Amino acid sequence: MLLMLCVASLVRPVLAAEAPMTITIGSKSFTESVILGDMLRHLSQQAGFEANHRRQLGGTRVLWNALLSGEIDAYPEYTGTLIQETLVKENLQTESQLKQALAKRGLRMTRPLGFNNTYAIGMKDELAKQLKLRTISDLQNQPELVLGFGNEFMDRADGWPGLQQRYQLPHRNVRGLDHDLAYRGIESGMLHVTDLYATDAEIAYYKLRALEDDLNYFPVYNAVILYRADLEQRAPEVVTLFERLAGRINAPTMSAMNARVKLHGEAESVVAANFLEQNLKLDIDLRVQTAWQRFWRHTVEHLTLVGISLSAAILLAIPLGILAARRPRLGHLVLGIAGILQTIPSLALFVFMIPLLGIGGPPAVMALFLYSLLPIIRNTYAGLKDIPPAIVESAQALGLPSRARLRIVELPLATRAILAGIKTSAVINVGTATLSALIGAGGYGQPILTGIRLDDIGLILQGAVPSAVLALLVQGLFELIERGLLPKGLRIQASELRSVT
Amino acid sequence: MLVFSHVSKHYGDTQALAPTDLEVPAGETLVLIGPSGCGKSTLLRLIAGLIQPDSGTICLDGTALTPANILQTRQRMGYVIQEGGLFPHLTVRDNVIVMARYLRRDTGWIDSRLAQLAELVRLPQDMMTRFPEELSGGQRQRVSLMRALMLDPELLLLDEPLGALDPMIRYELQQELKSIFAQLGKTVVMVTHDIAEAAFFGQTLVLMRDGRIVQTGPFTELARTPAEPFVEQFITAQREPMEQLAAVLR
Repeated sequence: MLLMLCVASLVRPVLAAEAPMTITIGSKSFTESVILGDMLRHLSQQAGFEANHRRQLGGTRVLWNALLSGEIDAYPEYTGTLIQETLVKENLQTESQLKQALAKRGLRMTRPLGFNNTYAIGMKDELAKQLKLRTISDLQNQPELVLGFGNEFMDRADGWPGLQQRYQLPHRNVRGLDHDLAYRGIESGMLHVTDLYATDAEIAYYKLRALEDDLNYFPVYNAVILYRADLEQRAPEVVTLFERLAGRINAPTMSAMNARVKLHGEAESVVAANFLEQNLKLDIDLRVQTAWQRFWRHTVEHLTLVGISLSAAILLAIPLGILAARRPRLGHLVLGIAGILQTIPSLALFVFMIPLLGIGGPPAVMALFLYSLLPIIRNTYAGLKDIPPAIVESAQALGLPSRARLRIVELPLATRAILAGIKTSAVINVGTATLSALIGAGGYGQPILTGIRLDDIGLILQGAVPSAVLALLVQGLFELIERGLLPKGLRIQASELRSVT
Repeated sequence: MLVFSHVSKHYGDTQALAPTDLEVPAGETLVLIGPSGCGKSTLLRLIAGLIQPDSGTICLDGTALTPANILQTRQRMGYVIQEGGLFPHLTVRDNVIVMARYLRRDTGWIDSRLAQLAELVRLPQDMMTRFPEELSGGQRQRVSLMRALMLDPELLLLDEPLGALDPMIRYELQQELKSIFAQLGKTVVMVTHDIAEAAFFGQTLVLMRDGRIVQTGPFTELARTPAEPFVEQFITAQREPMEQLAAVLR
């Protein structure tokens, strides 16, 4: 099965390269961006192209770099973000300067879509009334309030650091968390103040008040579509359609679309299609996948990630384990390096791969591969080292050369340990692979990620349960393999040991 | 047959074997004996090439043993250790023929040799498909001997071959081994710490202590003209309990 997956995954990119040009859209990990991303996908398909939407890829930097490297062709962005964060060093003042700066990098942007999704600082209306807070300046006298901001806001130049400086805010224990989780924190009373996006549907829903930006700290965040300049040659029809969005989406419209997805559970793709049908008079062919199709796609993606990374890890880790057992000095080095790899938090390892391998499948496979090495190397090493010296010496004394000893005597005796290592790696791999969705590689992590964004437990379970079941299946599979592969003489030993204990 | 010239071995600061000269004539059974840590096993392991000497040479029929020719020379030796050293994942048959199969010997030859050896060590045919875990200690040593003899080596090395067996089985195997050695006429180097066993097997005994040879000769010579007081002590220490027992029985 692993072999089949390997072949399938090798063949797939080749096929994709030969297909008529595919437009790849990216979106950031919040609902508005995903809805806009789906609009871009519909528009690309409308123009007759194959289109891919890599949903909720991450924050601004991930999308920006993916666009520069050509891994995506377009994504929704905000002018304020570009001026204040991405290109802050260029000290841009106007939108025409911004356009020039983008052109230098081979990028273009459409005219503004029609809404300003500025940041705002908000809190429960009730609490604001109670404390008589109206402006951000008023927060200066409330150092006991708990502040929590979206992770991106926490470290953006135009986020919390600048805000704190401008308003001289005294708050120290400020938490960074997922933007969508922040709303739940506010609702539960654990947080008092957070950053809002002006078009967030939750503002009305949770009865929040945006505090007045009395020192004019936040710039204008006009929504635009950012795309690669070469798209104008490759797919001029698509660019023309993107431009038709300009000026068509005002703040209440965007806010209403966000509400349909976040509060009423409609699919982003449906909301996006409805908008295009009503406002651009386009007839969108909605190819909505059924739940089973989605499940199957996630399963294939997940199995592909696990299959390739685990097979590659087995192929490398067993020889490394043998090397480690044969050459103690090299062994220490190999085990040390693999050990260090394992101490890198898995989430960080995935993100480290982005600058090296971009987004999508390859970096996810690489991260999973690195993560799977240690248990196999260590168990191979231990399995070989644990063979009683009398047996190793007997094999030597017979006159068997080193390689033959390994093949005939040592590896069969280490089978149990090696298989246990592979099993451990496989189970860890299946679980860790859910993080692949964070860097656009899909799998069971995708519904989990969407579920977190939409606060939808059902969706989270759609990813979590199959992932857990798959881990159990993999474990069971390896137990069967163990029964088949374990030399019969060792099975007798095992059963006798069991009957003794 | 086997000649040691000035062979020595250290483990760190410990001298396992002082520079030693020794000759084993062809066809003879030589027994290395002495207390634990005296260097007798080191000497045997040097012959098998499991460890390399720090100085000196060991010659087998005039050819010096080197790491380069060790794989070839090992095929001319059979090696049996205390617990048998059988491979637990292989059947009795596969354990015995492992090397012959590796050398791609003819299957007909393998089968007839196997039958011949089973008869020699008196191991029933139905044991051939069993695994080592399913055998008794004595049966395991018989299999180990079969494995050592499979390629018909000129030299047989035995490291405490009967050390782990209970006294009854041990006595029985001693008798059998001696008759097998006599039938085969091979050169045998055996390690034991039991003076009675040494006297029973060895034409020549080599008594060792602290990494050096104390005395070499037949048992009667060691008993009658001990080279050092230690020789007498070593023999007496093991003989006295036996004599007390014999007195009680009388």
